[in-house]
Amino acid sequence: MTANLYLVLIPLLPLATFVLLGLFGRKYFKNSSGIIGTTSLFVSALLSLVSAYQYFFVDGKVNGVYQQVVILKHTWLQFSPNVSIDMGMILDPISMMMIVVVTFVSLMVHIYSLGYMKGEERFATYYSFLSLFTFSMLGLVLSSNIFQIYIFWELVGVSSFLLIGYYYDKPSAVAASKKAFIVTRFADLGFLVGILILSFEAGTLDFQTLIHRLTAPDSEFLHTAAAASFMGVSALTWGLVLVFIGGAGKSAMFPLHIWLPDAMEGPTPVSALIHAATMVVAGVFLVARLFPVYALSCPVALHLVMYVGILSALFAAVIACTQTDIKRVLAYSTMSQIGYMMFALGVSGYGGEDGLGYMASMFHLFTHAFFKALLFLGAGAVIHMIHSNEMKDMGGLRKKMPVTHLTFLLACLAIAGIPPFAGFFSKEEILTAAFHANKMVYGIALITAAITAFYMFRLYFTIFWNKEATADAHHADSSHHEGTYSMKIPLVLLAAGAVLAGFVPFGKLVTSDGAFLPTEMNPVFSIAPVLLAVTGILLAMSMYRKKNDSPEKISGAVKSVYQASYRKFYIDEIYLFITKKIIFNLVGRPAAWVDKNIVDGLMNFIATATAFVSELIKGIQSGKVQNYALYFFGGAIGFIVLFIYLWK
Amino acid sequence: MNEIFTLMKHELSLTLILFILLFLKLGKETWKAESTLGFISLLLLLNFLFGFVMNGTGSLFGDMFHTNATIAFEKNILNFGAFIISLQAFSWLKDHKHLPEFYMLMVSTLIGMFFMISSGNLLMFYLGLELSTIPLAALSNFDLLKRQSSEAAMKMILSSAFSSGILLFGISMMYGTTGTVSFSELPQHLDGSALQVFAFILLFTGFAFKMSVVPFHFWTADVYEGSPASVTSYLSVISKGAVIFVFVTVLYTVFKPMAEMWYHVLFLASVLTMVIGNLFAIRQNNLKRFLAFSSIAQVGFILIGISGSSQTGMASVIYFILIYVFSNLGAFGVVALVSALTGKENVNDYKGFYKTNPLLSWVLTISLFSLAGIPPTAGFFGKLFLLTAGAGKGNYLLITIAALNMIVSLYYYLRIVKAMFMDANEQPIEKLIIPFLPKIALFICVAGMIALGFVSDLYNYIYSLSFGM
Repeated sequence: MTANLYLVLIPLLPLATFVLLGLFGRKYFKNSSGIIGTTSLFVSALLSLVSAYQYFFVDGKVNGVYQQVVILKHTWLQFSPNVSIDMGMILDPISMMMIVVVTFVSLMVHIYSLGYMKGEERFATYYSFLSLFTFSMLGLVLSSNIFQIYIFWELVGVSSFLLIGYYYDKPSAVAASKKAFIVTRFADLGFLVGILILSFEAGTLDFQTLIHRLTAPDSEFLHTAAAASFMGVSALTWGLVLVFIGGAGKSAMFPLHIWLPDAMEGPTPVSALIHAATMVVAGVFLVARLFPVYALSCPVALHLVMYVGILSALFAAVIACTQTDIKRVLAYSTMSQIGYMMFALGVSGYGGEDGLGYMASMFHLFTHAFFKALLFLGAGAVIHMIHSNEMKDMGGLRKKMPVTHLTFLLACLAIAGIPPFAGFFSKEEILTAAFHANKMVYGIALITAAITAFYMFRLYFTIFWNKEATADAHHADSSHHEGTYSMKIPLVLLAAGAVLAGFVPFGKLVTSDGAFLPTEMNPVFSIAPVLLAVTGILLAMSMYRKKNDSPEKISGAVKSVYQASYRKFYIDEIYLFITKKIIFNLVGRPAAWVDKNIVDGLMNFIATATAFVSELIKGIQSGKVQNYALYFFGGAIGFIVLFIYLWK
Repeated sequence: MNEIFTLMKHELSLTLILFILLFLKLGKETWKAESTLGFISLLLLLNFLFGFVMNGTGSLFGDMFHTNATIAFEKNILNFGAFIISLQAFSWLKDHKHLPEFYMLMVSTLIGMFFMISSGNLLMFYLGLELSTIPLAALSNFDLLKRQSSEAAMKMILSSAFSSGILLFGISMMYGTTGTVSFSELPQHLDGSALQVFAFILLFTGFAFKMSVVPFHFWTADVYEGSPASVTSYLSVISKGAVIFVFVTVLYTVFKPMAEMWYHVLFLASVLTMVIGNLFAIRQNNLKRFLAFSSIAQVGFILIGISGSSQTGMASVIYFILIYVFSNLGAFGVVALVSALTGKENVNDYKGFYKTNPLLSWVLTISLFSLAGIPPTAGFFGKLFLLTAGAGKGNYLLITIAALNMIVSLYYYLRIVKAMFMDANEQPIEKLIIPFLPKIALFICVAGMIALGFVSDLYNYIYSLSFGM
């Protein structure tokens, strides 16, 4: 395996590009920065493919089992005699799969942006941020150490923050980037505490050692970790649940998903890269990375993963049906699909036949990256032409944008789970795994699949069929066509992925224990999901293909449900209600509806409550020295009384 | 005889500088302010470098004074901070009439702190503390024509006198119950009786006052705001750092027998300090006042590290202070420069700052990130180690509170970054020309904040110097 040292170039190339473009881009590479970024990423992607090939087909296996190897390991910070922070690169099936996905999608986005972002003032800055993100994401998936992963995790968050806020003169973009950063920071807090607990219990930060120490049945670390309890729950469970909260934040799982739809304020290619294919699956990846610990030592935490996953999948799918901004539809759809990946992990066991869910989850992550990136880039092309995100401004575009139309259709078929497109295979595996593990989850997943087909084709028909393009859409001059080749090529390549990715034999390549997992397609089993998906598509077709009033009729009939769903089940409002009305009134301050749009959510409660308390106590800092002396004295007396009389 | 010169070399070298400054002041020749400042900075730099050679271990004057590699390292950190502050004070002092006096006062406070760090018994500690406090009050008053500055000095001297009184009372109680004031003998006589707890808490308030631990912190904000910016940075970094160094050592060695008790004192004090410091920091508009409260909150985190009471605990505290020197001086450096050149100190004045002064904006941003503990700045590693040291005790409640406070603090640090980068302003601060010396200082700070987290040898070295209980 030592021959793989060139692996280190894969993350380092984007880093070098970031430094180069970040420092000199605006001055010297104003126009060539796109080419520079794309070229360097092309090399990186090529190296990823080569190393993945090398790993999967040449030297990754020992006795038919894929091995986990750490290369380039060195101690970075010796923290105390027993604990050190190491840096290294871990090679195993999931990291290999991820580097291929990340570099490939990132390359597509790089190429696509050549056309899409052309003429932007901060073109070079954009490419330097893209490179920074790619570097961080590659670093994240290759981390061999739980602390290393945390560093890259934060870096990914920062670059996402920078890219969402790319249009920094747009207040909504700035607000969205802040929301994303702060909400995920909250989740990261859980992650950090989780890391501290796990590493404290295992006495190491290294993944391999940590997993070994917390899973081996005769390990004393495992026994103490499972025995030590805090509020009736073992330290191990706490640690794993907290780590999962970190993952749920990044992966926009209910109820930490509130940042994702807003994050769509960023440039569309960025949404394709970060908020569809790569960063948002980091949470899934994290659970997969620690999967043996979840599955073998703490099934309780894994159950939580399952419930959160299935809930998010259904919840987001329902909301997606009613959104009118195409990027928001795709955002909720992403959340829903990630929910699939999560509950697939949740129903899985470790090793052998039980590991089907794990394999399915990774499989879906893989196929989803292709078709969801494709959907976003297609949506980007549409937005580029129409200059609007709203579905009502679109329609009848199939003739004007043939390439986009065709590739978008393929992606929709893939995500809807129609054979033989990629999504069908991975979804099938997930459903099979769910069927064997938990019938209720299976049922919900099936319904979600039907809804998915419905809202995707609602989107498809509204954009490309429906009314003929209105005058509004024509306002752009007729020379406005589909976009440059740099925008079409990625669409075609991703479409190829969306069609073919399903034929990758994942059971042979990526499994929970590295061993071969035989999978077979059972045609009988496939009947139900495919039938439901087709029903969803037909329903969407009848409602949205021709402009007619049936959507209004239906929404009239189920008005309250539609309304509730349209308002995202009032989640934002519930946050607002609880935080502003109930808690605030109880605190004793008249409910101040300060700027409803800016102040929503839990964050704001903390902010307002903090400001409130801070307002209350500001009188203490009076500026009078005699008062200070009094407080000083009072403090001293307080401590004395407390520790002499009460504490003993 | 030789021993005195090696063991007390930090103090002696500063005393030498003090005399050179005195002659400079009294001498007939009047130098140009620029060259005087350059000369003094050079002296302080030499003094800092001299701190690394010929260090000894041992004690003097019947154990009144002792030193070792750890203490020498701590003094070097303080020397370094003083050097940076001297560079940063350039823009402010170059038009000041009493330029050499500023440095004379500063050097004498530093000497006091060094004696305090090296002290081997309670009286020596008290002496050092006072030696450093009185010139500090004079320093606060150094903007001679500003009323605020005099007010700050007045408040400082009154509050210090009050605190000293209580501290002395504590020392006498300690002597009364144990019959000794020597650090090496005290532990054998401590049995945790109520009177000793009483005496300890009085002593603790003395430390807490200097470290600005809530509720003994009230003087901080007013004094920080009123004093000249360079003095404020001196107060928040050097003066505070020195007391923390002593505090750790004293807790881990002298008060070891009462460890269980003081652990709880620290727990309570650190929660109070973090929470109150943050709550006040949120609403400040004056940047100096804001940094004052943020530095109060930082002390809360330091107390967590101390409460770890292990070798890691002490190492993380020293390491954090080293990083804190860079971060806080970076932030104060920018604020002091802007304040000296334009007189503006409010957050609102900084709106649109990035448009006119991109370099300074980045320096301030990096410093604030480091103070907030955002990776990959050094401040992140500092905070992380503190929390990990604290977590070693298994008190997750404390860690959770600390982590929540980190998030709150993130808000107000980012608020300033937002003002600089995103808010529009019709009359932003004009483009400032940064003089050479402050530029070097800022450069060193930024380099430190970016690089320090990645130099593991440094941490390892500090770890090897530290000791646990």
